[in-house]
Amino acid sequence: MRSRKIVGRVLFYLLVAFIVVYTVFPFYWAIVSSLKAGSGLFQVEFWPANPAWDNYVGVFQGQPFGRNILNSVIVAVSVVVLSLFLAVTASYSLGRVRFRGRTTLLLVVLSVSMFPQVAVLSGMFELIRWLGLYNNLLGLILSYMIFTLPFTVWVLTTFMRELPKELEEAAIVDGASPWVVITRVFLPLMGPALATTGLLAFIAAWNEFLFALSFTLSNEMRTVPVAIALITGTSQFELPWGNIMAASVIVTVPLLVLVMIFQRKIVSGLTAGAVKG
Amino acid sequence: MTTVYDAGRATNPAARGGAAAPQDSLLTRRRRRAAWLFLAPMILVLALVAGWPLLRTIYFSFTDATLYDLEYHEFIGLLNFYYLAIDPHWWRAVWNTVFFAVVSVSIETVLGMVIALTLNTHMPGRGLLRAAMLIPWAIPTVVSAQMWGWMYHDLYGVINEIFLFVGLIDQPRAWIADPDLSMYAVIAVDVWKTTPFMTLLILAALQLLPGEVYEAARVDGINPVKVFFKVTLPLIKPALMVAIIFRTLDALRIFDLMYVLTGNSRATASMSVYARQQLVDFQDVGYGSAASTFLFLIIAAFTVIYITVGKVNFDQGGK
Repeated sequence: MRSRKIVGRVLFYLLVAFIVVYTVFPFYWAIVSSLKAGSGLFQVEFWPANPAWDNYVGVFQGQPFGRNILNSVIVAVSVVVLSLFLAVTASYSLGRVRFRGRTTLLLVVLSVSMFPQVAVLSGMFELIRWLGLYNNLLGLILSYMIFTLPFTVWVLTTFMRELPKELEEAAIVDGASPWVVITRVFLPLMGPALATTGLLAFIAAWNEFLFALSFTLSNEMRTVPVAIALITGTSQFELPWGNIMAASVIVTVPLLVLVMIFQRKIVSGLTAGAVKG
Repeated sequence: MTTVYDAGRATNPAARGGAAAPQDSLLTRRRRRAAWLFLAPMILVLALVAGWPLLRTIYFSFTDATLYDLEYHEFIGLLNFYYLAIDPHWWRAVWNTVFFAVVSVSIETVLGMVIALTLNTHMPGRGLLRAAMLIPWAIPTVVSAQMWGWMYHDLYGVINEIFLFVGLIDQPRAWIADPDLSMYAVIAVDVWKTTPFMTLLILAALQLLPGEVYEAARVDGINPVKVFFKVTLPLIKPALMVAIIFRTLDALRIFDLMYVLTGNSRATASMSVYARQQLVDFQDVGYGSAASTFLFLIIAAFTVIYITVGKVNFDQGGK
């Protein structure tokens, strides 16, 4: 009985170890590969014998990668700020005021968050061209609202519902208008919710690929995912894998740091967005 | 201002008569007006970026518009849909998408369940493990596609190396180029990337389960496997269903993974890849829009299922 228990424990920890290796290894491998220079890349070594930063330097030389990072930051931050701004007032209405058509509106918002992006591609293309925003970061900011806005509205509405009723009542008794209620009473309480929702929206915008690929043309206007997908080498047949891995690590590390700091909040944000519905 | 709200009214019974009712409804009306005012910008933006482009896409699907000049097009009725229906490449894309969605979501569900159950037991370093789970989820899809593309490399890839070492294969394989293997290679990346999401959702459901039931089961000496199927599974089923449908929706509209890992290859092209190829690479907006519209209809059907099965509770809270 006792030995069976020990075997069980050992198997259990083997499973845990396997899960960890499976989850972490690809990223570990990207880091290891990014530190190998020259022909070292083409030998399978699980630890780089002579770590070198050549790839990290190289990635900024062949293409405007610094500019690409800046583009991604500009787009993602703008999208988050805009979405949160629009979503705070909207979620107050959807979460705390009863009015006819509210359920329908919530359903519409939810449906939009399910949209396959390709379904609006041609219409969006026309719109962006018509507004003169093709190959312009503003075009990306505008188009990204299609997935960040429904998401932020949805999660913040769930949050708004749970705020205590008494707070609002007290403010109304004191003669506060709905605008004052939102900005003075609720907004200070929403810090954590705004941070979580904002971070998740930021990640979504940072990672977006289809619109960024379709609505930009020049290297200078590309966002990071498009730049990474389109890195090409000196010859058509030889991809500069070292550079690609270095670029991959560069764009992932800040995200990972953010995610690790906010991990608890992110988990609750994810479940609020999906399970609670 | 004495009594405008329920709370205030309760403390001041004198105002409860005829005076309070119209005042109350005035407040309600004012709140409603404010609510619509607050909603207007959001509705406007959504109409602009979602409603209008969707309507235009559906409209384009009945025309022969090209990307070169969107303005000059003619209405051609259902012709695009007819061509779509007889295009074997399109049906291949439909099959690819469905196969991808079914296989990857099934694996993710089982794997997610196993990992969630593991994480749900009391053990040292659980928080660390949960943090590690977030790594694949946080990595952009394009980046994971590139990372795995390198690992899959036919000559220098680590996957071939490991598999050869373990003895799973006897010669290096071209995981991406081989049409028989590429779909499985794509699925493996998706499983790696999105199982954490599934795990987190299942874990959240598991942690809400009442501990007493398990205590009782243990005292009665019931087999853990039986406990899982008779107690745990039924209890987390609603959350599980929502997670599965959520993931399926995501899988059905997949684009970036295939596009980056295998390009426009017929063996793995999803419906989104096919539609974009027609639209952008071949400049055929009408035909591409027809494919997009078809995908939209499929997703819409699934969304209806999500909303029904998820029993999204709209009328909770609010006033």
